[in-house]
Amino acid sequence: MIDVIDLRKRYGDLEVLKGITTTIREGEKVVIIGPSGSGKSTFLRCLNCLEDPTGGEIIFEGVNIADMRVDINIHRRRMGMVFQQFNLFNNKNVIENIMLAPVYIRTQELRAKKIKNFFIRIRNLFTSNKKELYEINTTKAKIIEEAKEQALKLLRRIGLEDKAYVYPSTLSGGQKQRIAIIRSLAMNPKVILFDEPTSALDPEMVGEVLDLIKQLADEGMTMVIVTHEMGFARKVATRVLFMDEGQIVEENTPEELFSNPKHPRTKEFLSKVLSVH
Amino acid sequence: MGSFAKKVEKFWEVFYEHGGYTRVLTGLRNTFYIAVAGLVIGIIIGTIIAIIAVSPKYKRLPRILNRICRLYVGFFRGSPMVVQLLLFYFVLLPLFGSRMTPLSVCMLVFGLNSGAYVSEIMRGGIMSVDPGQMEAARALGLSYWVSMLKVVVPQAVKNIIPTLGNEFIVLIKETSIVSFVGASDLYVAFSYIGSNTYEFMVPYLVMALIYIVLVAIIALIVKMIERSLRKSDRRN
Repeated sequence: MIDVIDLRKRYGDLEVLKGITTTIREGEKVVIIGPSGSGKSTFLRCLNCLEDPTGGEIIFEGVNIADMRVDINIHRRRMGMVFQQFNLFNNKNVIENIMLAPVYIRTQELRAKKIKNFFIRIRNLFTSNKKELYEINTTKAKIIEEAKEQALKLLRRIGLEDKAYVYPSTLSGGQKQRIAIIRSLAMNPKVILFDEPTSALDPEMVGEVLDLIKQLADEGMTMVIVTHEMGFARKVATRVLFMDEGQIVEENTPEELFSNPKHPRTKEFLSKVLSVH
Repeated sequence: MGSFAKKVEKFWEVFYEHGGYTRVLTGLRNTFYIAVAGLVIGIIIGTIIAIIAVSPKYKRLPRILNRICRLYVGFFRGSPMVVQLLLFYFVLLPLFGSRMTPLSVCMLVFGLNSGAYVSEIMRGGIMSVDPGQMEAARALGLSYWVSMLKVVVPQAVKNIIPTLGNEFIVLIKETSIVSFVGASDLYVAFSYIGSNTYEFMVPYLVMALIYIVLVAIIALIVKMIERSLRKSDRRN
């Protein structure tokens, strides 16, 4: 579903990604591990072009989204992203956070159709071969109603229905992150990118967030996860990538990679992080 | 002290019995009109300039726009407002053959001028918003401008309300220069009273008091607005 071909990113003289090639297939849960500064977050952020790659291609659903001429906004709607710092919109309450993008984008589409229909009607006045109008079976009120229903359903799922109308500043880190996750779910994404989703959380809240991610994984959502939680990586991943110095050093199934690493750099890293736990 | 009482009596005579207060009220109204219009125009222009200033510059159009905005800010911050007012009223308007009233020229110039200052205030406000907010909105597929308007600018505005209130106060006080182009404000009203009584002490004292009270009221309103906007920060 996502084909990454020789992806490169440099900041000035510093080359952060030195040619990454990999394929993320539908339903896969890819976990990226590696020491800090290895470029794993940059790689993830390049996948939805939050950082513009300086070289290479990212083919998502058949389109090279690394190309600057592509309207990236359309493709980002199909890719959810969850951040380390949650990034809930502080000026909006929980349900507005979830509804903002779906409502805006659907009303925008509705408006575009209406405008097109208007021109088709005018055109039809002057020609005998009538063009068909786009079908419009919704209104703005209906869009809002549906988005609200969906948002409440998602909130119910994570047991935070009673928090629908409070502002993010009143929530705990774990609650914020779970809401950030369902906010990205509200767009019905094909894939969700997780950028260290538990690194900014208190230890006691890590569990609830990981549980939710695990649930989504079990439902068959495609995921790319950057994390330091090795135990979680082992449980959820279908494939683990080990990155170092801007390259994928080793990739394998979690069982193989954790218990039988081949590359010396992987061995060294794993011995360090696993001995701590 | 006796002479002061006499002066007050004289002032009162012109102010109240000879209808001087209607001029004061008109002046007050004009002062208010100019300051409010100035602030509204200033916020609109300032927001546009600030967004252009912080937008990414790898395309040509934003770069050119940014250059224009910098010239604009340079001019309006680099010259006194009196000079701008005179330039507009006595140079630009005759050149274009336009017949604007002094009052509307003042509103326009105050707006253009405060636009330059508000743009800097706004830029600071936008930059103080966590960049993660923009990233989150972009990651959901909203465009740069929509993310800016729906997520970043509302938070920026909240951060800069106190500074904007300050800008409004500055505008109120600056209105005392509009008599240069013949618009009437508080200063004009009180100097009329003064020249009718040949006595300027009391009128100008009252004028100062009115300004102080006006500013105090505005400061209070700003504080109330600020408090109501902070509701998303407070726990529950």
